[in-house]
Amino acid sequence: MSDHAIEQHDNQEHHDDHDSPENIQKEIRKYLGVFLALVAGTILTVWVRLGPLHLPEGQAILVALIIAFVKGSLVAGFFMHLLNEKKLIYSVLILTVFFFAVLMYLPVTEVLGKFGYH
Amino acid sequence: MAQKRQVRVGSQWMYARDAEKALSEALRVMKEEEGHHESFITKYVFSQDHKWIGVQYGVTALCFLLFGFFLMIMMRLQLGWPGEPFWVIKMFFHGDGKLLPEQYNQLGAMHGTIMVFLAIVPLAVGAFGNYVVPLQIGAPDMAFPKLNMASYWCYLPGGLVMLASMFLLQTKGGAAQSGWTSYPPLSDIASQGQTWWLVGMIFLITSSLLGSVNFIVTIIQLRAKGMTWDRLPFFVWAQFVTSFLLLLAFPPLEAAGVLQLMDRVAGTSFFLPSGLVVSGEVLKNAGGGNPLLWQHLFWFLAHPEVYVLILPAMGIVAEIIANNTRKSLWGYRSMVGASIFLGFMSFIVWAHHMFMTGMGQALSAFFQTTTMIISIPSVIILSALFITLWGGSIRFNVPMLFALAFLPMFGIGGLTGLPLGLATTDIHLHDTYYVIGHFHYVVAPGTIFAMFAGIYYWFPKVTGRMLNEKLGKLHFWSSFVFINGIFMPMFYQGLAGVSRRLYDGGIQYAHAKEAASATNPFMSACAVGLFLSQLPFIYNFFTSIKWGERVGANPWQANTLEWVATTSPPLGHGNFTTVPVVYRGPYDYSLPGSADDYLPQTTPEPGTVAAPVIAPAPVVA
Amino acid sequence: MSAEAHGHMEIPFTVHARPDTGLYNGKLGVWLFLASEVMLFGALFSSLILIRTGSTTPWPEGWKELHVYPAMINTFVLIASSVFVIMAWANLRLRKPKVARMWIAATLLCGFAFMGIKGYEYSLSFAHHHFPKTNNFFAIYFTMTGLHGLHVLGGMVVFAYFLTKGWSMHEHEYQRFTNRIEIVGLYWHFVDLVWIFLFPTLYLL
Repeated sequence: MSDHAIEQHDNQEHHDDHDSPENIQKEIRKYLGVFLALVAGTILTVWVRLGPLHLPEGQAILVALIIAFVKGSLVAGFFMHLLNEKKLIYSVLILTVFFFAVLMYLPVTEVLGKFGYH
Repeated sequence: MAQKRQVRVGSQWMYARDAEKALSEALRVMKEEEGHHESFITKYVFSQDHKWIGVQYGVTALCFLLFGFFLMIMMRLQLGWPGEPFWVIKMFFHGDGKLLPEQYNQLGAMHGTIMVFLAIVPLAVGAFGNYVVPLQIGAPDMAFPKLNMASYWCYLPGGLVMLASMFLLQTKGGAAQSGWTSYPPLSDIASQGQTWWLVGMIFLITSSLLGSVNFIVTIIQLRAKGMTWDRLPFFVWAQFVTSFLLLLAFPPLEAAGVLQLMDRVAGTSFFLPSGLVVSGEVLKNAGGGNPLLWQHLFWFLAHPEVYVLILPAMGIVAEIIANNTRKSLWGYRSMVGASIFLGFMSFIVWAHHMFMTGMGQALSAFFQTTTMIISIPSVIILSALFITLWGGSIRFNVPMLFALAFLPMFGIGGLTGLPLGLATTDIHLHDTYYVIGHFHYVVAPGTIFAMFAGIYYWFPKVTGRMLNEKLGKLHFWSSFVFINGIFMPMFYQGLAGVSRRLYDGGIQYAHAKEAASATNPFMSACAVGLFLSQLPFIYNFFTSIKWGERVGANPWQANTLEWVATTSPPLGHGNFTTVPVVYRGPYDYSLPGSADDYLPQTTPEPGTVAAPVIAPAPVVA
Repeated sequence: MSAEAHGHMEIPFTVHARPDTGLYNGKLGVWLFLASEVMLFGALFSSLILIRTGSTTPWPEGWKELHVYPAMINTFVLIASSVFVIMAWANLRLRKPKVARMWIAATLLCGFAFMGIKGYEYSLSFAHHHFPKTNNFFAIYFTMTGLHGLHVLGGMVVFAYFLTKGWSMHEHEYQRFTNRIEIVGLYWHFVDLVWIFLFPTLYLL
């Protein structure tokens, strides 16, 4: 941490323009939009599976996961306000994503192992 | 530099503008505290002070260490003289003094569990981390004192559940006996002690989760002014990486624990394949599970766990070596980089524990490659520590002896690991005593020696008194001789093909009989010798608390904040009278031109300068 | 209380952000905790994939075995509760604590609704003699939704605390209280997020 930053912190008492009432009102409207998108996504994902499409298993999994991923990103990006977050949080999450990927590699090892052995 | 000092520091950062103000504040708080009158319970039982919690962790972990060792003594007696009755075994199991096979299995499983999860990790992280980290970074406490307390109070019940399973269940099949790794399907169908083990583990995982969040936040957020990342003592870096390993590697084991608990309690078949035959009968369960899933999830934790055991030890050794060679650590930045890299790599080597599961050559090749790569950062750290010794005028005090012994002992442990990391040689050595010898060299004369080094080093900080030097040397030399007497023959046994986990040490097998019977009695005698070697330490520990030689705040002439900026030992509540400001790295020993051979991190300029300073390139631009 | 008990110095950055990280302690702490939760649920998802791909018998189809519509309603309930808790936080930032309190209560109610519907779903499964031991599909279904339910329950306990005993904090430490709602909100959104992945993987695939 530089001394410069500390001095700055002293002068400007924490409230950035982020917290102005207008901004918060704007955010609230955004949350409602996200809510509607999530509801729509949920209905879509159910419809894709139970509606008239009858996708084969592989495609159904792919579509469902894409929709879930989009919904998850909306929750993380807006509700958890990750879109507007500090660098440090990003670093923690990137680290986690790396280890999460390793974890997902785990079933792959099983499948690969079967091919490798026989 | 001059420009720097003129910067006004806000109230958010410095809590008192100068010493006088801090003193009056301190007096006011003291008066207030007299009014509050902290009860015995809030101060010593449910304490939220990181130092006291560290002491609680330390004492509890040392008790578990001794207990885990005691379990091993019983096993070693059986291995050395199979079938002979012994008084301690009779005392413990209330039988005729002869150890039964299922009792031997309990001892094995519980020795491993207790040593790893209840003794070493709590000692390395809970005790040393809690006590030293906030002091070394200049923080008033951990970031979340209540979580810190909760962490200890999850650890203790977890430990008590484990102990209870040993003492209460002897008539109901005994404690967990499927090894500390608890491989299914054996563990899925074992007696109820295994369920207790799982419950205990869930407590312990919760505890270390709370602890690791706390450590990371503390190290990132509470560093004092001037304590930049490249001025952090290596010990703090080691704890930092360790905390990330605990944070991210433990949850998969928690998941695995929940799945195994479901298998045992709710009758699911996560780890039970179809058509499993137990005692001649096909098991009536849904089947379709995969026992290897447990191994994957378990080693996903347990390999990083190895580095949880070793990194704090390296941190302690680095502090002590820098202090007692009176030299700067050689290659501080490489060491930090190596430990971060070590942390990363430790997550992608787990399947080298599973070469024998038939996972195929492509995967074996992948995991043996990553395993060879991970040996590099360990070698970097160890080499840096060795090179630090070069040309130093070494003070051979007790902490330094233990720290010095750590280097070759960990070296042996690490190098004997290489043949295990290569699939081809592992096929021969897997599940033999060679493996036991390998990881015990890493953890016992490695990590535990580093823990002893830390105890001798920081004891005067905690109590204000030194541990006795003569008893300490007796403790060191006898432990050093006996511990090698136990573990060195294991390499020979393993190469001769003696399998681990054998109740009689292998004498019933023709190929193993000779190697086993030639070495086992000697090794067991050494184990008893090692036990006796700890008596001077235990005596020293307790008598020195009361009668040890009184010392001042900085008996080792060290640089780091815990020695130079704190209130004098023994530390009560509260760490610093004023928040320390840090001006330099932690290892400015024997700088040319300075009057003393050490420069505390709080020193702005080298003191009285006798000769013209040949300054290195300026650190601050 | 804790800070004074510790002696002369308070722990810094419990309320305001540290300049170089831009974060107060609690926020970094909760994100680290969530990182570990990612690994916890990640391991379970990973186990699900491993067991499903390794299954020698055809894997049951979730929408035939389970009850999709109650679960869909539960999805709506959780999403709504996520909006509610963020409304509570927004209103605290707007300095309208009374409105915020209503939104917290609404979130808690959603928690009850979720658990109620979940219980109803479980009872339907039990009525069909579907138990964790039935097969590995139900085993993983009950384990994952059960663990998720425990997380919901944990969140509800925290919300109940903020409505009752913890509420008075806003009177003397307003910013700190606002931060607390932000933190529990982050946790609650994560619980929501896990459900967003659980719902299709268990019920629809």
